[in-house]
Amino acid sequence: MNMESAKKGERTDIERGHAFHLLYEMLRIRRFEERCAELYSASKIRGFMHLYVGEEAVAVGVIDALKPEDSVVATYREHGHALIRGIPAGAIMAEMFGKVEGCSRGRGGSMHLFDDKTHFYGGNAIVGGGLPVAVGMALACKMKKEKGVTCCFFGEGAVAEGEFHESMNLAALWKLPVIFVCENNLYAMGTALTLSESVTDISKKAESYNIISDPVDGMDVLAVEKAAQKALTAVRSGNGPYFLECRTYRFRAHSMFDPELYRKKTEVEEWKKHGPIVRFTRYLKENDLLNDKDLDDIEQKIASEIEEAVAFADAGRPEPVEDLTRFVYSEGGKS
Amino acid sequence: MNTRDREITYREAVREAIREAMQKDDRVFLMGEDVGRYGGCFAVSKDMLNEFGQERIRDTPLSESAFVGAGIGAALGGMLPVVEIMTVNFSLLALDQIVNNAAKYLHMSGGLFNVPVVIRMATGGGKQLAAQHSHSLEGWYAHIPGIKVLTPATIEDARGMLWTALMDPDPVLIFENNTLYNMKGHLPANPVPVDIDHAIVRRPGTDITVITYGVGLFKALDAAEKLSEDDIETEVIDLRTLRPLDDETFLASVAKTHRVLIVDEGWRSGGISAEISARIMERSFYDLDAPAERLCGVEVPMPYAGHLEQAALPQTEDIISIVKRMVKSNG
Repeated sequence: MNMESAKKGERTDIERGHAFHLLYEMLRIRRFEERCAELYSASKIRGFMHLYVGEEAVAVGVIDALKPEDSVVATYREHGHALIRGIPAGAIMAEMFGKVEGCSRGRGGSMHLFDDKTHFYGGNAIVGGGLPVAVGMALACKMKKEKGVTCCFFGEGAVAEGEFHESMNLAALWKLPVIFVCENNLYAMGTALTLSESVTDISKKAESYNIISDPVDGMDVLAVEKAAQKALTAVRSGNGPYFLECRTYRFRAHSMFDPELYRKKTEVEEWKKHGPIVRFTRYLKENDLLNDKDLDDIEQKIASEIEEAVAFADAGRPEPVEDLTRFVYSEGGKS
Repeated sequence: MNTRDREITYREAVREAIREAMQKDDRVFLMGEDVGRYGGCFAVSKDMLNEFGQERIRDTPLSESAFVGAGIGAALGGMLPVVEIMTVNFSLLALDQIVNNAAKYLHMSGGLFNVPVVIRMATGGGKQLAAQHSHSLEGWYAHIPGIKVLTPATIEDARGMLWTALMDPDPVLIFENNTLYNMKGHLPANPVPVDIDHAIVRRPGTDITVITYGVGLFKALDAAEKLSEDDIETEVIDLRTLRPLDDETFLASVAKTHRVLIVDEGWRSGGISAEISARIMERSFYDLDAPAERLCGVEVPMPYAGHLEQAALPQTEDIISIVKRMVKSNG
């Protein structure tokens, strides 16, 4: 079931608890990042910070369909993915505050969130650079005859990189258990897709490598979830990689330094009308699956989680400068 | 296991090392361009496909970035990959993966994710392969914190360094000088893994220290032999590992001989010789009777013509004449 196929007022087969969960997770990302933006302005967070606002349905729909043994390789716009995958909000916030309690001990920052418990492999800030690594992780899984799938997120900008094409080829050639999720938000930083690609239908590029490729409405969380489940079933059956092109839109600037000279405000406003959260909220209300009281409860719960995260990050310790050169090489232990 | 001393080639030593690693540990596999059916562009992995099968001897497409990155990913996923890049010149296509990922994951993740990948590649000139196949960029890689850079020169090191590198939790790059593959040498019975942390004095001497690595070792040893006929005793140090550098071994030698020449095939400006020279100046300045000197590759893209190529590379005769001049200078 997706939102398009259900008529207004028509009862759907979506279970209420699950609907709440999807909405809750999207709102968690949204509110968390709005708070991040405030904290950036307050100089609590520094460096580059890239917000995911507008694209939440993609991370929520895909990651919700993953299993604990699966691995995630994400980009520098990964706060949402990290949250949904289960890294505690406090550890993410502390990372952005540069504290030792951060999920990467304050060594990574906003662009390099890592976590071993949830198999979260970054936080990769070289566009396209995570794809070969994801291919290798899937190769390891296959060679060890383990069940896990590697889920690799990247933007449509990465499609112009050679590493994208090399990785598609290798994953398909070796039939590796990897799901490629292209978050096509139409702009590679400030360069529109139409100005950077000779073929703008990205799913066709994956198809040309004999990879099953699905374009999906990335603003519709139910559609994303359904497509992800289908993709993961195919990958788990050993048929090799699968490609999801999630067509989405970034509501905010590329990073905190971007004056957005490359697109019209009216374009952004138009997309916002179809945002994943307003759309899903409206859909749930129209189907009597959600009322204002429910929404208030969700918002309150999220607000308290975020405030706890901020307090945790605030109370965190800066790592002693004497430890500066740690983690360049492993400390003891063998591979 | 071989219980008797043997004469084998450098190529066979590397092959034996890979075979033994694959026999010992299921996590080890070899991947790279033409490592399988072709047998490796320098024939290092000849016949290994038959022995281990295509799952563990993986021919890759010509995609250096993808298969080096896949090696990094496989290492993160619990395997112990040996990735072969044909030559260091092609490794530039994988520089993003080596420098931005392999070298940095441990640090970026605050110590969570180490990358136990081994990346082997041929290096060096001398075979008239011209400007895009002949350079020695290992000194460049030695600039990067987070990776280790090995330069086995002897048969024993070619045989023994690989296992140590595989057991190292962090990324290790191994540079095999292409002119050494046919070199024959003595391998002791029951070869064992060797350490990758120390330089070694290959020939003791009292008058001057020559610091080098890789193919430079044999040129330096030749030179030392000839210089000895003129009563000049040269101490020859084989660095073995360019990162981390074993300062103590060469500083101790300089303290003894008071003169030092550094020999490497890489370009002179900003090269590994410059780094070694700087460390000697910082810590052993007052031990020196003469300025530290460098003999490096001439700063030119490698020409094809044989006589020009040889002129661009450090030669035994160059070492002899520089050493004679340095030793004669007042101390």
